[in-house]
Amino acid sequence: MNGIDLTLRTLRGGECRLAAELLAAADRHRADHEVRHVATDLAHWSQEHARRLAEAGAGQEQAGEDTRAPGLAPDEDNPGLLLLRDLSALHLAAVENSLHWEMLAQAAQATRDEALLALASECHPRTLRQMRWTNTMIKNIAPQVLAVSPAG
Amino acid sequence: MDASVDRIARPWGSRTPYDRHEPWPSRVDTFLADGIDADSVTDWVQAASILHSDGDAMDIAVVDGRIAGVRGRAVDRVNRGRLGPKDLFGWQANASSDRLTRPLIRRDGRLVECSWDTAMERIADRSRELLAESGPGSLGFYTSGQLYLEEYYTLAVLARAGIGTNHLDGNTRLCTATAAEALKESFGCDGQPGSYDDVDHADTIALFGHNIAETQPVQWMRILDRLAGGDPPRLLCVDPRPTRVAREAAVHLAPRGGTNVALLNALLHEIIRTDRVDHDYLAAHTVGFDELASEVAECTPAWAAGICDVPAARIEEAAELLGTADRLLSTVLQGVYQSHQATAAAVQINNLHLIRGMLGRPGAGVLQMNGQPTAQNTRECGANGDLPGFRNWQNDDHVADLARVWNVEPETIPHFAPPTHALQMFRYAEQGSIRMLWISGTNPAVSLPELARVRAILGQDRLFVVAQDLFLTETAQLADVVLPAATWGEKTGTFTNADRTVHLADKAVEPPGEARPDLAIFLDYAARMDFRDKAGGPLVTWHDPESAFEAWKRCSAGRPCDYTGLTYAKLRGGSGIQWPCDDGAPDGTDRLYTDGISWARPDDCETYGKDLRTGAATDADEYRASNPEGKAMIKAAAYLPPHEEPDDRYPFQLTTGRTLYHFHTRTKTGRAPQLNDAAPDVWVEVSAADAGALGLDEGDLVEVSTPRGSLRGRLRVTGIRTGLLFVPFHYGYWDTKAGSGPDGEVPGRAANETTVTDWDPVSKQPLFKTAAAALHLVERAHGEIAPAPTTTASAPTRHGSVPDTAGGPSAHVTEDTE
Ligand code: SF4
Repeated sequence: MNGIDLTLRTLRGGECRLAAELLAAADRHRADHEVRHVATDLAHWSQEHARRLAEAGAGQEQAGEDTRAPGLAPDEDNPGLLLLRDLSALHLAAVENSLHWEMLAQAAQATRDEALLALASECHPRTLRQMRWTNTMIKNIAPQVLAVSPAG
Repeated sequence: MDASVDRIARPWGSRTPYDRHEPWPSRVDTFLADGIDADSVTDWVQAASILHSDGDAMDIAVVDGRIAGVRGRAVDRVNRGRLGPKDLFGWQANASSDRLTRPLIRRDGRLVECSWDTAMERIADRSRELLAESGPGSLGFYTSGQLYLEEYYTLAVLARAGIGTNHLDGNTRLCTATAAEALKESFGCDGQPGSYDDVDHADTIALFGHNIAETQPVQWMRILDRLAGGDPPRLLCVDPRPTRVAREAAVHLAPRGGTNVALLNALLHEIIRTDRVDHDYLAAHTVGFDELASEVAECTPAWAAGICDVPAARIEEAAELLGTADRLLSTVLQGVYQSHQATAAAVQINNLHLIRGMLGRPGAGVLQMNGQPTAQNTRECGANGDLPGFRNWQNDDHVADLARVWNVEPETIPHFAPPTHALQMFRYAEQGSIRMLWISGTNPAVSLPELARVRAILGQDRLFVVAQDLFLTETAQLADVVLPAATWGEKTGTFTNADRTVHLADKAVEPPGEARPDLAIFLDYAARMDFRDKAGGPLVTWHDPESAFEAWKRCSAGRPCDYTGLTYAKLRGGSGIQWPCDDGAPDGTDRLYTDGISWARPDDCETYGKDLRTGAATDADEYRASNPEGKAMIKAAAYLPPHEEPDDRYPFQLTTGRTLYHFHTRTKTGRAPQLNDAAPDVWVEVSAADAGALGLDEGDLVEVSTPRGSLRGRLRVTGIRTGLLFVPFHYGYWDTKAGSGPDGEVPGRAANETTVTDWDPVSKQPLFKTAAAALHLVERAHGEIAPAPTTTASAPTRHGSVPDTAGGPSAHVTEDTE
C-alpha cells in the first residue's frame, strides 16, 4: 500500500469516526439544542466525505467502527463540563482530518492527480468549517461552564 | 370629509388612492371613548404606537386626568394620520381593573403585596449575594421589545458595566434577531437600508414571509392606496397562507415550511441565468458574487419546485417579476426569520437587491422588518445581545471606545464571548449557573418555545425570578418578586420604528397606584447597587428620561445610529425623524447606502460575520482578507432540509403566527373589548383538502399535538396550503381558570406548548414555523364556530359559512380626509 492509499484510508476512518462522534454528541446533548441540531447537520458532511473517500479507493473495511465516543464520562451531573469535553474531542478529531486532507492535497499536486485534488479541495473547506464551529462553541460556553458554578 | 367606519369589520379603513411618486395623502383616524367628543378633550399629548413596529404617530386624548382616546398625527411621515385597529383600541387596557398597583413578593410560596423598598432591597440583596458567591455570570436580564430607548440604554449600562454580565437579551430575539443579523452579514452593520417612503416609489413590492396586512396594518393601507391609484406596483407574495397580501399579489408562492433557501436560490438562479444583473453595481459595491453564482448554478426552478412544492412555472413568473423590476422594494418578516435557515434566507433577499443594484434609491430598498415596536432600540442600545451603538465586541478598539463613554476600564465590559442569547440564558438557568433572572416587559411563559420546559425552568427554587410588568402575567405568577410597571401614556421616552424613525412619546396621565416607569425602576436598582465608574463617581449619571436620552446621544455619537442631532424639543410638535441625525444630516436620513456601503470596513464593522450554516464566528483577519475595502458581502448558502419533518405519527407541518387584532401574548389587546371580541380565543387553521380527508369541518374542536405537548382549539377551514396547520401564538392562560399554564381542567391553549426548541445558528432566533404535528378530533362543532376573524388570513374558504367579523357601534372610528 503506498502512502496515498494509506492516508486515504486513515482519513476515511477519521471522517467515519467524526460523523459517529458528532451524532453521539448530538444525542448526548439533546437539551443543548444548538449542539443537537448543528452537530447532526455537520455529521452529514463527514458521512459524505467518507463515502467519497471510499469511492476514491480508501477501502471498505472497518473504517467506521472505532467510535471512541469521547466523553461518555463520569461527570454525568455536570452537563456543561461534559459538553466542553465532547466539543474538544470533536475539535481534535476534525483537526486530525484537516491535516490528512492537507497531506492528500499536497500529494495530489505532487502526482498531478486532478481527481484527488478536486476531492480534497471540495471536502477540506467543510472540515475547516466543522473546526470553526467547535471552536466557536467552546469559546462561547467555556466562560460560563468553567467560571460560574451551578447551584446545587 | 368625515366618515365613520367600523374598524374591526374594515380594519384598513377607507382608501385614499394616490399615484406613483406622489406623496401619500393624509387621513386622520380618531377614536374617542363613548360620550367624549373632541371639544371635551382637555389635552392632546404626543405619542406613537407600541403595539407593532410601524411607529404610528398619534395624540393621546386626555380628559380629567384619564386617557379617553387617540387621534393619528397627520404631519407624521410614517402614518399621515392613520391608525391600525390595535392603535385605535389598545389604549383602553391601561385602565384595566387588574393592573398591578403594588409590588409583590413571594412568601411561603405565595405572592403577597409589599412596599417598593422591600421589593427592591430583596432584589439588590440577592444580586449582591450572587455577585459575591458566583460572580456576574450568575445574573441574567431578559427584557422586552416594548420599553423605551432610555430604559434599554440604562439597563445595558447597569448590566454590562455595573453587574458586568454577558447575559442580557431582549424578547426581540424572537422577533428581529434575524433582521439584524442578516443586515450585519450583508452590510457589516445593522440598520435598515430602506424607508417606508419606498412604498410610494416602487414599481414592484416583494413580501417574503411578511403578512404586512396584519403585522404593519398602516403600511398595508399605504400599499392598498397605491394599488388603488395610478401606476400601481406589482406584488409578489411568498406565504403559505391565503393572506390579504396574497389576494392582491400578481404572483403568490405558497412554499412548504422550511424551504425558503431553496426557493430563493432558484429565484437568484433565474435572475443570474437571464443576466438581469447590475454588473456595474456589483463591481463597485460588492464582493462574493462568483461564489453565489456557482452555488445557485444548479438551483433551477424545477429543482426548487420539488423541494418547495410550488410549480416551477410560478417560480419563473416570480423571477420575471423581480428581474424586470425598475424599483424593487422587498420586505421580510417572520415567515423567514422564524423559519429554518432563517439568516441564510434573509441574506439571499439582500443578495437579490445587491445583484440587481436595488438599493439607496427611492423605491429600491430592503426592509428587514421588526414585529416588536421598539426592537430597533434594543439593537442600538445593546440590550439584545449586541454592544451599544453597533459596536463590535470582537474589536478591542470598539470596546475601549465604549469604556471611554462609560468611564470604566475596558475589562469591566464582558467581551470575551458574544453576549448570551435568550434561549441560551434559559439553558444556563436550567443547568443552575444563572440563578437570578430579571424579566422586564415580556412574558416568556407564553412566548418561548416548548412551554412545559420554560415553566419548569422559571419554577425552580434555585432560580430567583423578578418580573416587571403591567399585569400578573403567566410569567409574573411564577416570579419571586413582581414589580408593577407604568406603560405607554404613563411615562415619557423615545422609540424607533423599523425604518429608523425616532418618535417621542410623552407622559399623558399618572400610572395607577404605585406603578413606576421602567426607567425609574432601573435607576433605583443602580442607586441601591451603588455602581461606580473608574473615577469613583456614579456609573449611571442620569435621573430622568431626557437626561437618559442625552447620555445615549453621547454613546451614539459617530456611530451609524447617530442621534446627536435630536433633542426632545425637536421631536415634540413635529413628525418622527430617521437616524442618523447629526450635524451633517440635521433633518435625519431617509435611506442608507445611497452612496455605496458605509460601515463594512474592517475597522468599522459591527461584526466579522458568521458561517451561514453553522453560526461559527469569522475572525478579524479572515474578514480583512475577504473584504478589505468594506464592500457589501454577497454570501451564498446551500439548502438544508428542516430538522423536523412530518412522518406517520405527526403528518402535518405546523406554523404559528399573529392575527391583526392582537399583539404578542395579548396582555394588553386581550383587555381591549373590541380587539378581544374580534379574536377571543385560539383556533386551528387547516386546508379544505386536509379537512375533507380527515372528515373534519368548521368549528370542530381539535387537538394539535407534537412531541412537546398539545393544545386544543376550534377548526377553521381556509385556503392555507395542504399539509400545513396554523395556530395563532397570542393565547395563554391568564384569562382561564388555570392561571399560568394548563392543568387538569384547562387543556393546552398556547401554541408554544407544541413548538420545538431549535434556533437559527446564526441569529439564534427560535424557529416557530417548522414543527411536525398531529391533528385529532376532540368533539364535533355542534353549531360552534372557530373564534377566528373572517377579515384576515383566517377567512373561511366557504364564504358565508360563519358570520362576518364586525365590531358594531363600539368600534366606530372617524376618518377625516381632505
Ligand atoms: S409577537 Fe410580534 S412583535 Fe412579538 S416577537 Fe412575535 S412577531 Fe415580534
